[in-house]
Amino acid sequence: MKAIAALRARAFSQSRRSEDLTIGFILLALVVGFWILSPPGSFLSTENIKNIGVDASELMILSAGMTLLLIAGGLDLSIGSVVVFAAVLSAKTIDAVAGTSPTTGPLVYHDLGLAIAAGVAVAIASGVAWGLFNSFVILRMKVPPFIATLASLGMALGLAEVISHGTNVSSLPLPLQEDYGLGEALGIVPWPIVTAAAVTAVLWILLSKTRFGLRTYAIGANPESARRAGIRVDRHMLTLYVLMGALAGIVSVVDVARFGTATLAAHSQDALSAISAVVIGGTSLFGGRGRMFGTVIGVLIPAVLLNGFVILQIESFWQNVAVGAVLIVAVYIDQMRRQAGPST
Amino acid sequence: MNTPVPLLAARGIRKRYGQVEALRGADLEVGEGEVHALIGDNGAGKSTLVKALSGVVTPDEGTIELRGERVAFGGPRDAQGAGIETVYQDLALAPSLDAGANIFLGREPLRGGFRGRIGFLDRPRMRREAAHALEDLGVELPSLEAEVGTMSGGQRQAVAVARAAVWGTALIIMDEPTAALGVRQTEVVLSLIRRVCEQKGVSVLLISHNMAHVLRVADTITVLRLGRRAAVRRALDTSLEELTLLMAGLGNEADVDPEDEEDEE
Repeated sequence: MKAIAALRARAFSQSRRSEDLTIGFILLALVVGFWILSPPGSFLSTENIKNIGVDASELMILSAGMTLLLIAGGLDLSIGSVVVFAAVLSAKTIDAVAGTSPTTGPLVYHDLGLAIAAGVAVAIASGVAWGLFNSFVILRMKVPPFIATLASLGMALGLAEVISHGTNVSSLPLPLQEDYGLGEALGIVPWPIVTAAAVTAVLWILLSKTRFGLRTYAIGANPESARRAGIRVDRHMLTLYVLMGALAGIVSVVDVARFGTATLAAHSQDALSAISAVVIGGTSLFGGRGRMFGTVIGVLIPAVLLNGFVILQIESFWQNVAVGAVLIVAVYIDQMRRQAGPST
Repeated sequence: MNTPVPLLAARGIRKRYGQVEALRGADLEVGEGEVHALIGDNGAGKSTLVKALSGVVTPDEGTIELRGERVAFGGPRDAQGAGIETVYQDLALAPSLDAGANIFLGREPLRGGFRGRIGFLDRPRMRREAAHALEDLGVELPSLEAEVGTMSGGQRQAVAVARAAVWGTALIIMDEPTAALGVRQTEVVLSLIRRVCEQKGVSVLLISHNMAHVLRVADTITVLRLGRRAAVRRALDTSLEELTLLMAGLGNEADVDPEDEEDEE
């Protein structure tokens, strides 16, 4: 028993905790910096915090899924296009079922509830379909995920354009936007934030508390070892790619509800933004390592930067420059730490 | 003295890979509670035989009996189910996970009740049992929570052996466990091999190139040559020289090949 106690006493490896601290500190520094520099009551106002949250919500959902995928050693570049594809199909579905266009007099929607339910179902189903497609190409045809999802990135967007004839799908029912996209739960928290928080919480628990989560790490760390330990690696990866697709479907609903249109041109950067958020958060691009807490911070850093720049009236283009710099610094610190630790 | 049923008996195992016949009717008998070494030159068929016993490959011909019962392994899972664990040469660990997670990899305990049913891990139990398993084997790790990838070769080997010891109820197969280790860590692993056998009461099948190691830890030694059993020796009754000759096909094999005394079954 003494030996066990000794092991326990020496046990707590601080490394992961300090990783979290570093990026948490960067975020905190940004918040404090903007708070000091901005006019009083602007940056940290309730309204502005809601803005930051809503702006970050879609990226948060995608990044939460991407965290699991990267930890497992997977990759999905297609998610932005899948969001657009799902948005177009779901918007078309909602239009078709609700059967109204704002030009035809008073806004009376038939079967609004049914229309929205159908829209959500179609959005998630299209995301799942792309997840299955990606899985098939990656797991069955053995095409590397980078290439496979680069291909579906083009295909999903192309098909979305074919279906929409290259124009945005607008004229969606207003209540969808008013009550959900711009609405607030209990009149306090905007629904997109609630959605993102719920999705993130579920995936956080899945990753850190469950067998599925542990196996996700194991597969990313060494797929062959996982296989020999009896883990069904391909089935696990399929689940993750399908989950990623379903999350893109959920994001498309949030997006359509917020903006009232399914926009073709948006989202082209989604995959890269999600990957950079996840990597800023300390997840390894090579699999086996990562934490959801880091991803949350990694999503908030660009959101806070953008918002702060707007408030300080700095051209928002600088946000991209700053995010790039943060990405490099985050990965650099991570590598330094890994070299410092014992290897082999 | 009655002749005991061997723990594991493989008879007439054949395996062909395309043009190459890796095993040409190999036999192997491992007794209860012994460290049994399997030696042979490169290409003698050691690793193929090991793969057959651990369920990784299915032999083309031949039978495997465990405690007198005929078994057939469709995969590593079947062999594990029968109580046969394998410590692979590359250890098959997940480097970014801790010792506990590695020991329970693929067989993670779940919590009780509803949370267990939706897949919640019983981490305290994993940690507790991992600590016990390591302590039983006298293994000291820098930290139970340290990533296995940050450990030394010997420590990683110890984690892999501990995993096999936790799950193996009949036989633990170790494929070249000392091949990648320095002198001191080799000592640790060699004594670990004896300890697993003595404390757990399981048999160990040790595959090794190093005959000095084999002579030190093994009770019995089977020499494999050109896909067949060339000889079986008690470690006490043989020598480095004899084993070397047997491996090279120059020894006196006749007295040990038990083909003629095999029962019709």
